[in-house]
Amino acid sequence: MDVQALLLSVRLAAVVCLALLIIGLPLAYWVAFSRWRWKFLVESVVALPLVLPPTVLGFYVLMAIGARSPIGQAWSAAFGQGLAFSFEGLVIASILYSLPFAVQPFASAFSQVDRGLLEASSILGASRLRTFRRIVMPLSRNGIITGVVLSFAHTIGEFGVVIMVGGNLPGVTRTVSVAIYDDVQALNYARANATALVLVLFAVSVLAIVYGLNRRAWVAVRP
Amino acid sequence: MILSATVNVRLSNEFTLDVRFEAPPGVTILFGESGSGKTTILRAISGLARPDRGRVAVGDTVLFDADAGIDVPVEGRNIAYVAQHLALFPHLTVVDNIEYGLTQLGRAERDRRVTAILESFRIAPLRHRKPAQLSGGEKQRVALARALVTDPRALLLDEPLSALDHATQTRIMDDLRAWNRERRRPVLYVTHSHREVFALGERVVVLENGRVQMQGTPHEVLDSPAHHRLATVAGFENVFDGTVITSRADLGTTMCRIDGVEVEVPYSGSVEGAPIKVAVRAGDILLATQEPCGLSARNLLSGCVQSLRREAGSVVARVSAGPGFDVRLTPGACESLGVERGRDVWLVIKTYSWRVVA
Repeated sequence: MDVQALLLSVRLAAVVCLALLIIGLPLAYWVAFSRWRWKFLVESVVALPLVLPPTVLGFYVLMAIGARSPIGQAWSAAFGQGLAFSFEGLVIASILYSLPFAVQPFASAFSQVDRGLLEASSILGASRLRTFRRIVMPLSRNGIITGVVLSFAHTIGEFGVVIMVGGNLPGVTRTVSVAIYDDVQALNYARANATALVLVLFAVSVLAIVYGLNRRAWVAVRP
Repeated sequence: MILSATVNVRLSNEFTLDVRFEAPPGVTILFGESGSGKTTILRAISGLARPDRGRVAVGDTVLFDADAGIDVPVEGRNIAYVAQHLALFPHLTVVDNIEYGLTQLGRAERDRRVTAILESFRIAPLRHRKPAQLSGGEKQRVALARALVTDPRALLLDEPLSALDHATQTRIMDDLRAWNRERRRPVLYVTHSHREVFALGERVVVLENGRVQMQGTPHEVLDSPAHHRLATVAGFENVFDGTVITSRADLGTTMCRIDGVEVEVPYSGSVEGAPIKVAVRAGDILLATQEPCGLSARNLLSGCVQSLRREAGSVVARVSAGPGFDVRLTPGACESLGVERGRDVWLVIKTYSWRVVA
């Protein structure tokens, strides 16, 4: 089992989840409550990683953050190293790649909160932020957990984007799925199998958590 | 403080709400059939809906004025609104629900107010329960307490008690009146039940098709309906068009002819030959199977039973006596008198049971 790669993947997924909470919660709030007529365009862009081949997404992220791009050059000037083929570059690509897995469950949970409760909160003098913190978030708890768990799992398992943007640097960008691919290329099936088995067990537990949460939600809703 | 509202909002191509009324301190009933715009008015006053034109003010505080460009946001209006579905926060306990609107206050003042309101609405023992663990009446009390604890400028109630039995309704209204005794805030109570109008209201504003039809005390409004449809709504099943024969101010009566029969009604001031519209409740007409004599009642009409129908625990007989009358009887009376289709009967109507509608 490639422990170094496993730890790197977990670290990457944790950072990405945190970033998705910060970016995804406001974005999902907007998606759920905005009445802007062109909202569907934003929704389409957010959902793009669901249908786009990971290599295509990875290719364009690489172009956008590469050494010759404005972003890449600004990053080099500020931090003295390139963004492409670094852990930070991988984080940016993974955030984009996992965005729909966070935003869609968040937004669907938000839009299921009874509008009457939101109105009651405003009537009682609460600002939108307070209404979001005290009413929308607690009542969407299962949707938020589902979004976090799904994007964590999705980041752990990504391959195409990592290869395109991160390459294969041990301890920096060699994530667990890249490590499995390497082991198979080197005919080290035993080690590939050990790592793959860990991922299978992990995936089963994740799905159990997601389905378990949603089952509880249905039971609670039934009068 | 007086709540004054002028609300004009186009809700669809066919329906424009256009009302102006004032609610002094105390309970004012907004009365009308469903679809007459009652809920929209409450939403406009609370700020949940934005009128196209109009002005909303409580005392000297202007909350909305389309001409002056004033539109205080919902959370800044301090107007309490209890919707029909109550909207208690399901994940918060009774205490947390009630405290929700009190963030600006210090801990001590908050606790003092919450304790006081829990006591006065008799829900203190429920303080740690979640809404799902409360009965219907308990939920209504918590919703009222949550609204009132913020010491609002005005209170808007959208049929919050209509799902409860009459006894619980009356007890909760008594609690509400007790709360309002020293504060004297305007309370707007929306209903379409005319029983609630008499039971709860000090003043009534009658809405019809998005307009204010009448306003006044419950008796002024519902006992002298100025409009045929309103008369039917208010429980006057029999409304007739007629012509004045004589009008005697000295006797306090007017004789008029409706469909070939003469009836005596209260003095209307109309001159001979003028058209008149009169109404009488089905429950205010006596029915006899033999010709009665020695009565004080001035109107004795003979007729024939056309049909009988059951209606909410009573029997309504359709009697043709010139005009057709609906007469309400108890099922027992109907049976012991042997009232049936084709039977000849007499109708007795006191002069003062008639209302002159127009």
